Amino acid sequence: MKITKEEVEYVAHLARLNFSEGEKVKFTSQLNDILMYMDKLNEVDTACIEPMSHAIALQNAFRDDIVKDSLSQEVSLSNTPDARGPFFRVPKVIE
Amino acid sequence: MAYEPVIGLEIHAQLLTKSKIFCSCSTLFGAEPNTHTCAVCMGMPGVLPVLNRMVVEYTIKMALATKCAINESCNFARKNYFYPDLPKGYQISQYAQPLSEHGYVDIEQNNGKKRIGITRIHMEEDAGKMIHDEHMPSSYIDLNRTGVPLIEIVSEPDMRSPEEASAFLRRLHEILVYLEICDGNMEEGSFRCDANVSIRPRGEQAFGTRTELKNMNSFRNVQRALDYEIKRQQYILESGQEVIQETRLWDDSQGVTLSMRGKEEAHDYRYFPDPDLVPIVIDESWMEEVRKKLPELPLVKRERFMRDYQLPSYDAGVLTSSRVLADYFEDVARLSGKPKAASNWVMGDILRFLNMEKRDIKECPILPESLAELIQLIENGTISGKMAKDIIEEMYSTGKPPKTIIEEKGMVQITDEAALAKTISEILEANKAQVEQYRGGKEKLFGYFVGQVMKATRGKANPQRINDLLKKMLAAA
Amino acid sequence: MELHQLTIHELQKLIRSKEVTSSDIVKSVYKRIDAVEVSVHAYISLMKEYAFEEAAKADHSIKEGNIQALTGIPIALKDIVCTKGFLTTCGSRILYNYIPPYNATVVEKLREAGAVFIGKTNMDEFAMGSSTETSHFGITRNPWDLERIPGGSSGGSAAAVAADECIASIGSDTGGSIRQPAALCGVVGMKPTYGRVSRYGLIAFASSLDQIGPLTKDVEDCAIMMNAIAGHDPRESTSVPLDVPDYTAFLSRGIDGFKVGIPTEYFIEGIDPEITKAINGAMKAIEGLGATCIETSLPYTEYCLAVYYIIAPAEASSNLARYDGVKYGFRADDCKDLLDMYKKSRSAGFGAEVKRRIMIGTYALSSGYYDAYYKKASQVRALIKRDFEKALKHCDVILTPTTPTPAFKIGEKMDDPLQMYLSDIFTISTNLAGIPGISVPCGFTRQGLPIGAQFLAGHFEEGKLIQIAAALEKHANLKQRKPNL
Repeated sequence: MKITKEEVEYVAHLARLNFSEGEKVKFTSQLNDILMYMDKLNEVDTACIEPMSHAIALQNAFRDDIVKDSLSQEVSLSNTPDARGPFFRVPKVIE
Repeated sequence: MAYEPVIGLEIHAQLLTKSKIFCSCSTLFGAEPNTHTCAVCMGMPGVLPVLNRMVVEYTIKMALATKCAINESCNFARKNYFYPDLPKGYQISQYAQPLSEHGYVDIEQNNGKKRIGITRIHMEEDAGKMIHDEHMPSSYIDLNRTGVPLIEIVSEPDMRSPEEASAFLRRLHEILVYLEICDGNMEEGSFRCDANVSIRPRGEQAFGTRTELKNMNSFRNVQRALDYEIKRQQYILESGQEVIQETRLWDDSQGVTLSMRGKEEAHDYRYFPDPDLVPIVIDESWMEEVRKKLPELPLVKRERFMRDYQLPSYDAGVLTSSRVLADYFEDVARLSGKPKAASNWVMGDILRFLNMEKRDIKECPILPESLAELIQLIENGTISGKMAKDIIEEMYSTGKPPKTIIEEKGMVQITDEAALAKTISEILEANKAQVEQYRGGKEKLFGYFVGQVMKATRGKANPQRINDLLKKMLAAA
Repeated sequence: MELHQLTIHELQKLIRSKEVTSSDIVKSVYKRIDAVEVSVHAYISLMKEYAFEEAAKADHSIKEGNIQALTGIPIALKDIVCTKGFLTTCGSRILYNYIPPYNATVVEKLREAGAVFIGKTNMDEFAMGSSTETSHFGITRNPWDLERIPGGSSGGSAAAVAADECIASIGSDTGGSIRQPAALCGVVGMKPTYGRVSRYGLIAFASSLDQIGPLTKDVEDCAIMMNAIAGHDPRESTSVPLDVPDYTAFLSRGIDGFKVGIPTEYFIEGIDPEITKAINGAMKAIEGLGATCIETSLPYTEYCLAVYYIIAPAEASSNLARYDGVKYGFRADDCKDLLDMYKKSRSAGFGAEVKRRIMIGTYALSSGYYDAYYKKASQVRALIKRDFEKALKHCDVILTPTTPTPAFKIGEKMDDPLQMYLSDIFTISTNLAGIPGISVPCGFTRQGLPIGAQFLAGHFEEGKLIQIAAALEKHANLKQRKPNL
């Protein structure tokens, strides 16, 4: 599987990242190197193996339906680069 | 060419838990922006989700009520996309292993019952709210709603008309409200519906190209949107073109669906199991525990009302439109022993009073015991039906029981024969000409005499007694 | 000896006997920082005012006889752990001004134990790297040779301990980020079993691999720190509800009868001969103490890196999606619309290595590739875990080198990502299997660079790691050797 420049651009868009043309070229070759490395996995027969998503098998980690104090509005907004009144503000999506 | 619509619905219902799905913030609607938020639901660096057990229980309830199979083990998945109202950049939802699948709901149509399949019911978290500035190129975000628990109910594409879709939607709505797991408020957004609709030539097995409809925020709009879209697709096919697969928004003011193409791109959600959450295992004993807590469901209740109280289908439908109303009616029916009368009074005056003030049965000032008492007082002749109409108005405005009102107003019905006979004879005396005419054959005048007696007794006389006595006294001469 | 050169347990004695105060210790540590920090650069930020206030409070507690395990002891925290009211950057520009509104659980637990936090240490950006060269806030240098890297991503935490710029520190380990810098800096570093120490408040890199752990001057300190930080946390769903043993009870048990597995797949071409020599020496030492070294095999070792470099970036790409400039952190100026804001902020806010891993991870999860990559990797991961479970049926612990080379020169491997990844091979399998691991100093190269031996054990067998690491440490007797700063 060889990654193409178009794929790099598609993935970059999915990840909301910009790259210069030079960076794209560098990425394409670097990602390719690593992806070759990844192809190694196809050597392994995993036909009857359950994918492992957790190192330790746990289940039913719950909490009770109890309301606890929220952060104040001031603290909730305290780290944002742009607050407008009680809201977070962002530029609009261009229609 | 006759076309047949194929409709599937996707419903999102906000669950009535006190706290959010993955954190302990309150779920109450209407708070000041960004005050029901914490590090977890705001997706601050380093936070982790912990599942609210009640969300699972409510979902199990809905799954059982819709006869779904509950998966022994299910898990959460991350649905990854960027949007400002989605603080983590992903929504925690269920994908490959939902809580429940393969259920159904029966809807009542004119030609009988129809079974609509439910593909799956799963749990997920809600996103925040965005407000777009009309003048400035800005949007404002309130994250209070992020993390409010939702269940997503996906139907099979089993509906073949907007009416069926509407009926299905209403059935789901009433089950959710009956189970007390959702308040079903479409205007406030606690009950949302998207639709998938396509058309195909009648008799054709293959599905046509479907469009997804969004932004239908009332039952009426769901039906209107579907009506419009079906006609739109029909027009397209009939003019030899092809329906484009896309998402369309219902525009209420124009009464049309509008394409979102160009504004929306196909999302690559990159689903994968959420490593911060562990599997949920639901065993028989948990299911049994929840099953025991299920109330009698609306359809079952309706059928029981029709059977046990001999109520017609329409009446049963009105009386079971809410669980509280159904319970109210049954209390009155039981305490008075007269279900038909109870049904008439509840569906008539009670609902009329409440509707005028836009109040819910929960707030009805007339207790079931009081209404039952009223019914019995009519039954044993203490008051007349007409008197009861006045009394019930008093009951509604004061909340007092009928016996108290009767005493206070001295409204006991006149049943004393002698007193009544006296009144009648006074009237006959005063209307000698009419008496002659009546005896001469003008039977219609009977009504006139009845009216006079009613007037004289100020409606307090028992009509049956009036009739009997009048007949007797008019006949005698 | 100066106070800042001492260990937790040595200072505990002095505190209890009222010979020193916490304020004395904190003063000594900051004096040391003033002297060497300009060379080492272990810290991103210092919490001086807070530290002295807390030291004063600690002294008050001590006077009243209320002394917990860490009362008055200055501890450094890797800047990946959230500290309420104090800058937490994760080594990244995108969090350059972020002040968390809450404390990580580990911070709260250490506070309860009386610890005094003195600063946030430098790290590879978002814990992605093994040299602490990718931090937005500059590099950290290895106190043993300032031209060399301290390892990473917990390079700052390791260097601070090695340079006596703190008494002990906290780091995080996703693919070796505690153990590798511990080895390269000549200190003790432990990655606990997955779920043993709470991840709540640990800024996530790869959720199914991340763990918080201590970096300390000796094994006894490691046990003391583990006692303080381990335990179930209801705020983390993957936290394991198991009791915490007293890890200090394992320190003097000795290793008579211990079976130590030597995995053939770990002793391969490419390991620096001085490291091989040191590990062989360690084997002899532990055999002399009553243990038996037996050959064992971890056949899926060759797939570890491939599995890691799909799962870790995939999870990371999702975990880092929240850095969008909306609610916190860096937002680019002059954005014409939402999409522009996202792309400009993230592109300028993240460094190259982070962007590379986000790209790999996004690609691995994108449609059409989930089955080929992420799911496949998760299946092979199960086989890797099984490897360890099988091997550990026949031995108490497994011994490996912690790193294939001693610390390399700054800038030496930066351009070749593959070689950088290779330096992780000994440590990554541990995170994949979720088992605990410890790196303990076992020698020095002729050039005076530290060498670490790594022990791995079964799930929740940290006690055995303490047991054998303590035995080896005593024998190796390297504690008194300090870097020449």
